[in-house]
Amino acid sequence: MAALAPTTPWIKGAKADYRVCGVTTLKVDMQTERLIIANAVMAVICLVLGGIAALLIALTRWQAIHLLDATWFYRLLTLHGIDMLVAWIVFFEMAGLHFGSTALLNARHAAPGLAWTGFVMMAVGGLMANFVVLFDPKSIVTFTAYVPLKAHPLFYLSYILFAVGALITVITFFINLVVAKREKRFEGSLPLAVFGLLTAAILAVYTLLEGAAAIVPAFFWSLGILPDYDPGIYRNFFWGFGHPAQQVNLAAMVAIWYMLAQMTVGIRPLNEKFSRLAFILYLFFINLGSAHHLLVDPGLSFAWKAVNTSYAMYLAVLGSMMHAFSIPAAMEVAQRARGHTKGLFGWLRNGPWNEPGFGALVVSMILFGWIGGVTGVTIGTEQINMLAHNTLRLPGHFHATVVGGTTTAFMGFTYYVIPLIFRKELKLKKWAVWQPYVYGIGSALVSLGMITSGLQGVSRRNWDITFAGVVPGTVDLTLAIFGIGALIAVTGGIMYVTIVLASILTGPRKEPEGLLLVGGAHNPLLESTQLTDEQMEHPRNQPKGTLVLVFAFLVWFAMYYLGNWWLLGRTWFIR
Amino acid sequence: MLAPEKNWWKPMGRMEKTWLTVAFVWCVFLTVMMPLWYFMGKQNVPAETYKTTPSKFNETVNAFVEQYKVGEDTINGVTLPVVEAPPGSDVYLRASTWQWYPILQFRKGETYRLHISSMDLQHGFSLQPVNINLQILPNYDYVATIIPTSTGEFTIVCNEFCLLGHHTMIGKIIVK
Ligand code: CUA
Repeated sequence: MAALAPTTPWIKGAKADYRVCGVTTLKVDMQTERLIIANAVMAVICLVLGGIAALLIALTRWQAIHLLDATWFYRLLTLHGIDMLVAWIVFFEMAGLHFGSTALLNARHAAPGLAWTGFVMMAVGGLMANFVVLFDPKSIVTFTAYVPLKAHPLFYLSYILFAVGALITVITFFINLVVAKREKRFEGSLPLAVFGLLTAAILAVYTLLEGAAAIVPAFFWSLGILPDYDPGIYRNFFWGFGHPAQQVNLAAMVAIWYMLAQMTVGIRPLNEKFSRLAFILYLFFINLGSAHHLLVDPGLSFAWKAVNTSYAMYLAVLGSMMHAFSIPAAMEVAQRARGHTKGLFGWLRNGPWNEPGFGALVVSMILFGWIGGVTGVTIGTEQINMLAHNTLRLPGHFHATVVGGTTTAFMGFTYYVIPLIFRKELKLKKWAVWQPYVYGIGSALVSLGMITSGLQGVSRRNWDITFAGVVPGTVDLTLAIFGIGALIAVTGGIMYVTIVLASILTGPRKEPEGLLLVGGAHNPLLESTQLTDEQMEHPRNQPKGTLVLVFAFLVWFAMYYLGNWWLLGRTWFIR
Repeated sequence: MLAPEKNWWKPMGRMEKTWLTVAFVWCVFLTVMMPLWYFMGKQNVPAETYKTTPSKFNETVNAFVEQYKVGEDTINGVTLPVVEAPPGSDVYLRASTWQWYPILQFRKGETYRLHISSMDLQHGFSLQPVNINLQILPNYDYVATIIPTSTGEFTIVCNEFCLLGHHTMIGKIIVK
C-alpha cells in the first residue's frame, strides 16, 4: 500500500508543487492536474460534437424518419467517426496516461513541456479535422478515407498532427515511469492498473506508427507528389492503425475496470500473475487484428488471413476471457469477505448499484463481453466474415465495444475525476446514478438493432437502403430499434455532459471528502488493502457465482458462433 | 490502483486454473474451425487474384458482353445488357461509380468463375438476399468461383462508401 506522502517538494528549493489527496492518499502533481483537466475538457468537447452527429445520422438511418439529405448524412458520418472513435477516446486516454504515470506512482510529471506540446498538436489536429470535413465537400470520405477517395490535404494533415501529438504524450508516459523508478517514488512492481496503462501505451506506439505509414503517403498523394497509392496497401496500413487503436482502448478500459472495481467494491486482484499475464497476451497478439478488416479483400491467402485474424491462436481473446473472470471474481471475493455470502449471487445482489462507478462497471463489462466480444470474434472468423463484411453487423459489434463498453466505463470514471482532480463537488448525483443504466440500455439497443439489421443484409454507411429494394419488411423494425436505442443513448450522453458541466462550471473549488459519490462514507479503495490472505482464500469466499457466470457466457458464445457457421452453410457455394 | 505486495508471483487458484483451461480449449476450437471449414466447407473466401488495370479489365468486360449478350433489362432507369455465358466459363462484373455492369445470368447448380474489379474507387460487392460480401478494389481482378444454389433475381448492393451516389449503386444477377 502506498505510504502517506511526505510534504517535501519534488525538487530541492522549489515551492510545494503537488498536493496530497486526502481521500486516496495519493500525491497529485499540479502539472498533471492541469494536463488531465485540459485533456478531459477536449475529450468532452469532441464527445458533444460526435454526439450531435450521432443523433442526426441515427435519425436518418431510422428509415421511418430519414432526416438528413445524402450529403449531410455522409458528412456527419465522417465527423462522427473521427470525433468518437478517435478524438473523444484518445483525449480521455491521454488524461488517463498522465494520471497513471504520476499520481498512481506518487510521482511528479517529468516532462510537462513535452506533454503540453502533444496536447496542443492533438487539439489543433482534432479541431482541424472537424473543420475540414464540415466545410470541404471533397473531404466527405468517411473516417477510413479509403484510397483512391481523395480528401483535401489538410484532412490528412489533421490526422498526422493528432497522431504525432498523441505519440508525444505517450512518450511522456514512458519518461514519467522511468523517472519515477529512478527517483524511487514507488517500490517494487507497478500497480496493476498502471501495468494495464503501460500495455495500452506500448500498443499505442506501434498503432500510431502504422497510422503514419498509412496517412503520410496519402498526404503526399493528395498533394500530387506521390503519383500512385495502392488501395490494398493503404487498407493494410490503415487497419494496422485503426484496429490496434481499439485494442489500446481495450487495454485502457480494462485498467479502468480494475480501478472502478477497486474504488467501488474494494477488490484486491485475486492473482496478480493471472491478470498481468492477460495484459501481456494483449501486448503480443492483439496487433494481428488488422486482418479483421481485410478478410474478404483480394490478394491475400487463406493462411495469412486465418493466422492474423485469430491473433495466432485467439490468444488475445484468451486474455480478455481471463479478465472477464478475474475482475468479477475479485469483486465477488471482496463482497463475500464483507459478509455477503448468501447463495451464488448474494454478493452481486448486494452490490452498490446506486454508486455510479459500479453501475458503469457492470454495464460496461456486460455490453463489452456479451455483445461486443462474442459478435467480434464471430465476424472476425475468416469465412463467416463473408456474411458480415460491411453490413450493419460491424458497427453493431463496435458500438457494443466502444460505446457500451469503453465509453460507459470512461463516463463512470469521470464522476470520480471531478471531485478528485477537478476538486469540484459532483452535482446532479441522482442523474449520475441513473446515467450508466440509461446510456447502457440505449447503446445495447443500438447494437442489437444494427446487428439484427446486418444479419438481414443491410449495409453500413448507406444513406437509404430502400434503393436496393431487397430488404425484408422486418428491417424497418430492426432499424427502428436502432433508432430508438440511439435516442435513449443520446439522452444518456446529454445527462453525462450536463452533470460534468454543472459540476465543473458552478460552485467553488472544494477538497474531496469521500471516495464514494452516493454509496456511503466508507472508502473501499483503502479497505481493499485490509483484505487478508486468509479472507481471500477462505472457502466461503471463493468466487463460485462468477464461475457460473463465465460458463453461462461461454454457452452463449458457442451458440452464437456455431449459429453463424450454420447460416454460412446455407448460402451459395463459393471459393 | 495501489502498489501490489512485494511478492505477487503466486500459484493460481483452482478456479482460475479451471477457467484458464476451459477458455484455452475454446480458443483452440475457434482456431481449428477455420482450417476445418477450409477443407470441408462449401463456402470459403476466394483468394484467387490477378493484377489488372481499369482499362484492361474494361476491355475484357466489353468483349465478354459482346460475346454472350442474351437480352436487356433496366436498373434505376438505365438499360443494361443481360449476359449468360456457358457453365464453367469466366464471367466478368465491372464496378464503377455508381453501376454494376452487366446483368449476369446463371444456371442453378453450375460453376462460374466470377471476375470482379473496379474502374475507380473501392466498392463493396454485396449479393442479397444470399448475403455474400466481398471487397472490390481497382487494379485487383478478384476471382470468385461460385455455384448458385437458389433461383430468382438477386440484387448486388454496393456496401463500400463510394461518394454521394453510393446508395444508388445497384446491380442484378438472375439465376434460372
Ligand atoms: Cu460503390 Cu458504394
